[in-house]
Amino acid sequence: MVTLSHYMTLSALLFTISVAGIFLNRKNVIVLLMCVELLLLAVNFNFIAFSRYLDDPAGQVFVFFILTVAAAESAIGLAILVVLFRSRRSINVQELDVLKG
Amino acid sequence: MFTTFLFYALSTVLLAAAVGVITVRNPVLAALCLILAFVTSAVLWLLLEAEFLAIVLVLVYVGAVMVLFLFVVMMLDINTTTLREGFLRYAPVGAIVAGIIVLELGYVIWFRSEGLPMNRLLVPRDSSYSSTEQLGQVLYTQYLYPFELAAMLLLLAIVAAILLTLRHRPGIKVQDVSAQVNVQSRDRVRIVAMKSESE
Repeated sequence: MVTLSHYMTLSALLFTISVAGIFLNRKNVIVLLMCVELLLLAVNFNFIAFSRYLDDPAGQVFVFFILTVAAAESAIGLAILVVLFRSRRSINVQELDVLKG
Repeated sequence: MFTTFLFYALSTVLLAAAVGVITVRNPVLAALCLILAFVTSAVLWLLLEAEFLAIVLVLVYVGAVMVLFLFVVMMLDINTTTLREGFLRYAPVGAIVAGIIVLELGYVIWFRSEGLPMNRLLVPRDSSYSSTEQLGQVLYTQYLYPFELAAMLLLLAIVAAILLTLRHRPGIKVQDVSAQVNVQSRDRVRIVAMKSESE
């Protein structure tokens, strides 16, 4: 049968895969943003599983707010990406060093 | 029994889609893998009887956020070969960090979880129970103030995204509606008093 530890293991694996993805795709800002979305999804999994197994709807409220913040974050992130591409013709993270001293 | 089978099948699809997001070469394919991951998690959330959030995940995430991602990926002309440089160079570091995280999280989940209902079996709720109603009951009473703040945050995101991407290009011929509406008759016609002339 499916228990809380099953869901927590699944969420931990998802979290680990997306952290590894941040290391692997260090140059591509779009894939970095997607990895952040996956990280938040893994956290949401934990919240929903705890909310169900502890019978407390507050966990679902937190998922609701995380979804809101993540949507705002990706909208602003993609807007910054578009402005960046317009001025630099590239989205390579390694080339974004104009503020380096 | 069927629930267990469903859990393992969906988990396999979810983890495979997550691996696809971080390894595929083409950003469009990565976005599509991410959509698959979101849809699969929505079904897994249905198994946890969180229907409202599962539907919100599909509508808001797959319907809005991922479409935005796909728009941006297809709009920008990205050279993927230069972006892939260093993929294998950073792979060992990523694997080490991932291994450490797996060890830490596994330790917490399997050995430090006293007091949590780790092995409790779920009793299915009866059909009159509505998770949407339960969520609404706490969201509009206990969490009303954070709810309003979330609305303000979304407004902020709209204004910021529009302001960042808005640009005025000089030298293009467009109508200025407010100038057209506000124009006065004296700006258009000039009456000049002249003496009559004869030859």
